Amino acid sequence: MTLVRIRDLRVAFDGVPVLHGINLDISAGETVGLVGESGCGKSVTWLAALGLLPAKARITGTVETAGSDLVSGGRSVLETIRGGRIAMIFQDPSSALNPVRRVGQQIAEALRLHRGLRGAAARAEAISLLDRVGIPDAARRLDLYPHEFSGGQCQRVMIAMALAGQPDLLIADEPTTALDATIQAQILALLTEVQRETGMAMVFISHDLGAVGAVCDRVAVMYAGRIVEEARREPLFAAPRHPYTRGLFDAIPRLDGPRSRLVPIPGTVPDPKNTPAGCAFSPRCARATSLCASERPTLLPQSDGRALACFHPVPAATLVSREGVFA
Amino acid sequence: MISFVLIRLLRAVLTVLLVMTFAFFVLRLSGDPALIMLGPDAPTEAVAAFRAAWGLDDPLWRQYLSYLHGIVTLDFGVSMRDRSPALDLVLERIPATLALTIPALILKVAIGIPAGVYAALHRQSIADRGVILLSVMGFTLPSFVLGLLLVLVFAVQLGWFPSGGQDSWRHAVLPVLTLSIGGIGILARFSRSAMIEVLGQPYIRTALAKGVSWRDVVWKHALPNASVPIVTIIGFMIGSLVAGAVVVESIFSWPGVGRLLIVSVANRDLAVVQAILMVIAATMVLANLCVDIAYGLLDPRLRARTTAA
Ligand SMILES: Nc1ncnc2c1ncn2[C@@H]1O[C@H](COP(=O)(O)OP(=O)(O)O)[C@@H](O)[C@H]1O
Ligand SMILES: [Mg+2]
Repeated sequence: MTLVRIRDLRVAFDGVPVLHGINLDISAGETVGLVGESGCGKSVTWLAALGLLPAKARITGTVETAGSDLVSGGRSVLETIRGGRIAMIFQDPSSALNPVRRVGQQIAEALRLHRGLRGAAARAEAISLLDRVGIPDAARRLDLYPHEFSGGQCQRVMIAMALAGQPDLLIADEPTTALDATIQAQILALLTEVQRETGMAMVFISHDLGAVGAVCDRVAVMYAGRIVEEARREPLFAAPRHPYTRGLFDAIPRLDGPRSRLVPIPGTVPDPKNTPAGCAFSPRCARATSLCASERPTLLPQSDGRALACFHPVPAATLVSREGVFA
Repeated sequence: MISFVLIRLLRAVLTVLLVMTFAFFVLRLSGDPALIMLGPDAPTEAVAAFRAAWGLDDPLWRQYLSYLHGIVTLDFGVSMRDRSPALDLVLERIPATLALTIPALILKVAIGIPAGVYAALHRQSIADRGVILLSVMGFTLPSFVLGLLLVLVFAVQLGWFPSGGQDSWRHAVLPVLTLSIGGIGILARFSRSAMIEVLGQPYIRTALAKGVSWRDVVWKHALPNASVPIVTIIGFMIGSLVAGAVVVESIFSWPGVGRLLIVSVANRDLAVVQAILMVIAATMVLANLCVDIAYGLLDPRLRARTTAA
C-alpha cells in the first residue's frame, strides 16, 4: 500500500529552481534512504511535501497521501497530516525543541492534538514515551527544559514527540549528523527498534551511506535537485551504477584492509543559480562525454529493477564487494 | 531565587550610590550656586553668607560625606529657593509626571507590540511597510519637534486640545501623544524583528511539523520566545517613567518632575537637583531589577544562569 506518492515535485526559491521534479513513492512499513551530498535537495523535498518551507518557496507538483494533495491542500489539510500521519525529526535536535517550554509540555501538545489526551492522561503517556525512547528517570525529567538535555537526549525527545502522534511515516532528516559517533549508533538503533515495534514507514535522509545501508530497504540517490539512481539496498550496494553513487561509495573512509583508499568526488555540488546544462554531474564525472554536457539523461527503469539517470553508467559487471559498508 | 534578588538589590543600591557620587562632583564643578542664585552683581557679603549657610565653604570631602549621609537617610536638605525639604518637592511632582508617562507607556505597549507582531506575520505586506515607515518616523522625530507639530495642528489649527496647562484630561492628550509616538515606533520595530527572528528558528518548524495550528505556533511557541527582547525595551521605558518627560513637560508647561529639574538646574538648586537625580536613578535601577526578574521567568536558560551567578 502506498502511503505517500510524490509526483513531479518542484521547488524554486526566488525564481531559482532547486528541486527539478521528484517522483517518489513510500509504501507502508518500508524504510527509504535519501542520500546525496549537502545541498542536493533532500531536506527541501520533505519540507516542501509538508509545507514547511518559507513563503518565498514556489512549490508545484503533487504529494498525495490519505486521499488528499498536500501541495494544493492548504493549511487545514497540512495540519491534519503533520505529526499524525507524517512526523518529521531534524538534524540539530538541540535547537529543534522550544527552549522556553518543558519537554513534557511539548510532548503533551502532540498527544492532545493527535490523540486527544489531556492532563494526567497526557502526562502518563508522555512519561511512557520518554521511557520508551530511553530517557532515564522520565517522570522527573518531563518537567525539565531542553537545555537540560544533551544533544542525543534531545533527539530522543524529538523521537518521543514524533511517536506521540502514532504516525504512519517518520521523516528523519539527518537525525544523527549533529551527534557524536557512539550516540549516532544509539539513535539509529532506537529508530530501527521503534520502527519494528510500530510498523511505521521511515524516510531516512543522510549523507552517510553506512547508516543508510544499516537501516534502509530502498535507497534514492539525489544530486542537484534530482533523483539520479534508485534501487533496493542490496543491488545498489552490490553494484552502484550511477557514477555519482559510485563516487559516494568510494568517498567512504574505510578502515578494512590495505586496499581501502579514500577517493573524494572532485569538485563541489553546483550552485542552483548556475547548474550545468545536460547532466548536472557531468563536470565532476570521469565517465562524462560531450553528450552528457549537452543532454540531460532521464531517470529510466533498468532491467534489474533499479532506476537510473545516466548515459554512461558504471558497467554492471564491475562488482565490488561492499560488505564493509553494511557494518 | 532569594539570593538572586538580594544580590541584584545590593548591586542596585551600589549603582545608585555611584550615580549620585558622579552627580555630586559634576554639580560642584559646573558653577558657583551662590553666584547663580544671587546673581553676578550680588554684594560679596551676601554671597559669603549664602555660601556659609549652605556649607559651600567646607572642604569638598566633608561636603561629600554629609551628602552621602543625606542620601542614606533620604535627607537631601532643603531647597535653596523656597526652603522646603527637597525630596518632598520632588515627590509631590511625581504624580503629575506619572499622569503623562503611565498612559503613554500603556499606549506604547498596547499599540507598539501588536503592530510589530502583525507586521512580522505579514511580511512585505502593505501593513508591514506602513509599520516600518511609521516606526522610523516615530523614533527619528525628536520629541520637541513632534510636540510642536502636534500643538500646531491640534491646538492652533483645529483647536481640539489645549496647548498647555493641567486643568483637565484634555490637557494631557497632546503631551501623552508626544510621549508615546516614538515609543510605539521603537516597540513596533523591536517586536517585529524579534518575531521575525523567532519565526525562523528550528523549533517553530518542529511545532508546525507536529501539527500545531499556525495560531498556536504564534501564540504559544513564537511570542514567549520573542518576549525576552521586547521586555528589555519595556524595562527601559519603565525606567524612564519619571525622567522621560523633561522635554514634553517643558513644551506643554506641565508641572511635573521634568520641569522641576529644568528650573532647579538653571538655578543651581543643588538639593532639589540631587533629590531628582536620586529618584530618577532609583526608578531606573528598580526597572532594571524587574527586567532581570522577568528574564528569569520568561527564559529558563537565563534563570539557570542568573541563579548560578
Ligand atoms: N530557505 C531556503 N532559501 C533558499 N534556498 C534554500 C532554502 N533551503 C534550501 N535552499 C537551497 O536548496 C538547495 C537544497 O537544499 P537542501 O534540501 O537543504 O539540501 P540537503 O540535500 O543538504 O538537505 C540548496 O541549494 C539550498 O541552498
Ligand atoms: Mg538537509
